[in-house]
Amino acid sequence: MDVVISVIKIILALAWFLILTLYLTWLERKESAVIQDRIGANRANIWKFRALGLFQPFADAVKMIFKEDFVPPFANRFLHTLAPFLSFFFVAITICAVPFGDTLRLGGREINLQILDMNAGLLFILAMLSLGIYGIILSGWASRNRFTLLGGIRGAAQLISYEVALGLSLIGIIMVFPSLRLQSIVQFQGENLLGFIPKWGVLLQPLGFVVFFFAALAETKRVPFDMPEGESEIIGFFTEYGGLKWGLFMMTDFMEIIIVSALLTTLFFGGWQVPWLAADGFHWPWGGQWDLPHGVVVLLQLLAFNVKIVFFCWLQILIRWTYPRFRYDQVMDLGWKVLIPLSLLNIVGTGIAIGLLK
Amino acid sequence: MIKALGYFIEIIKGGLITTRHFVVNMGFHVLKVLGIKTKRKGAVTIQYPEEKKEIAFRHRSLHRLLKREDGRPRCVSCLLCVTVCPSECIYVEATEDPDPEIQKVPAKFIIDMSRCCFCGFCVEACPEDAIRMDTGRIELAGTDRRDLVFDLDKLLR
Repeated sequence: MDVVISVIKIILALAWFLILTLYLTWLERKESAVIQDRIGANRANIWKFRALGLFQPFADAVKMIFKEDFVPPFANRFLHTLAPFLSFFFVAITICAVPFGDTLRLGGREINLQILDMNAGLLFILAMLSLGIYGIILSGWASRNRFTLLGGIRGAAQLISYEVALGLSLIGIIMVFPSLRLQSIVQFQGENLLGFIPKWGVLLQPLGFVVFFFAALAETKRVPFDMPEGESEIIGFFTEYGGLKWGLFMMTDFMEIIIVSALLTTLFFGGWQVPWLAADGFHWPWGGQWDLPHGVVVLLQLLAFNVKIVFFCWLQILIRWTYPRFRYDQVMDLGWKVLIPLSLLNIVGTGIAIGLLK
Repeated sequence: MIKALGYFIEIIKGGLITTRHFVVNMGFHVLKVLGIKTKRKGAVTIQYPEEKKEIAFRHRSLHRLLKREDGRPRCVSCLLCVTVCPSECIYVEATEDPDPEIQKVPAKFIIDMSRCCFCGFCVEACPEDAIRMDTGRIELAGTDRRDLVFDLDKLLR
């Protein structure tokens, strides 16, 4: 029975992930359009039924599937094919450590709304995001093209530099919520500060949040930090790809956005916590209580998690369509000279604060 | 440090500008969905095939040949339009007219629309005001080059 529940959880989580990814492409088009006073993709229809262009991702998918699967004759055929799947796999697997909600009691069973409840879930997600670099390096190398190789090298350099800041900025969070288990980190954030402010990570670790946010933006390798791609100068590591393989790289980008949003919500914005909502209902800070049945509480938590994730996806797309890209040396400067010192400062500050408060 | 803070403030300001555009435009879109008419729209887009922009009075569109009161073309085959045409897309073949006042009429008047650059020089050159570009037809694309060669019958309409 446990196996069946695990399989169902995997299927549901992957479906959630992929559908959100598909519709993130729609959100990206529409949001950029609304920002720039345009309308955006709205022509894809089924029997003249357009529905705001909601069928656009499917039209794109059909187009990409039926394109020619072209491998350049000078490329390394095996590695060229392997690369997109590698980078897709390492992002897709991170979903198994994301806590969607608290435990659900169903028919006398306690189901943890997380595929795999690991003690080192945070490290697992970071490790898998780092392994995603291999897809980029491999695609750059296997295409046997100077520009893709440049893109791959740049991608490796950028991701490795920002990986340091990313990891160091999270040490503060691990010090405040003393656990690497994502579910416990979220549970710690259910408490209240001074009795009425939700104890979310962003309030305890504002500097850590800023550093993590910038490092995570760099990790998604989209426009302000699009060194590996660099549309205006080197076209990037997926120059020699087309059709569905290129689509896999693009989906990887969008999935990274979702995973980064999930990490941001889980670590800094209370994950599935709704302010003042406990397992039996709302406990208002001004006294009084509003009892809710178990199912409604779980639904509210799932909803809160999704709303927070969609908000952060929205924010990242807004950032992508607002700012011009950095120069390569500026990216490196920001990573090594600003974010890493700031994250070290954050660790020291957090340590002193914890020492003084105890 | 102060400089970096200044950059940071400007970065936030830039983000707020795009956020304002998003919120304002989204508000107008929502009002439209709710069926409330507003003077301003959420987007400046004109959704072309369904919704067309009004063509300006001076816009140069498909040519037409004007007729006399009795229905014959006003053109007297002076070949001025043929001479002035920079893309050499007009071909006129003259024939004799029984009326001594007119003397010449075109037997053939052919404009190759696939070559025409819509400069309007033929209209300027015409001494008889026989050709104008005011039909308002701008959708001239075709799938066959032969469909784009307009002869006297097509132009006189």
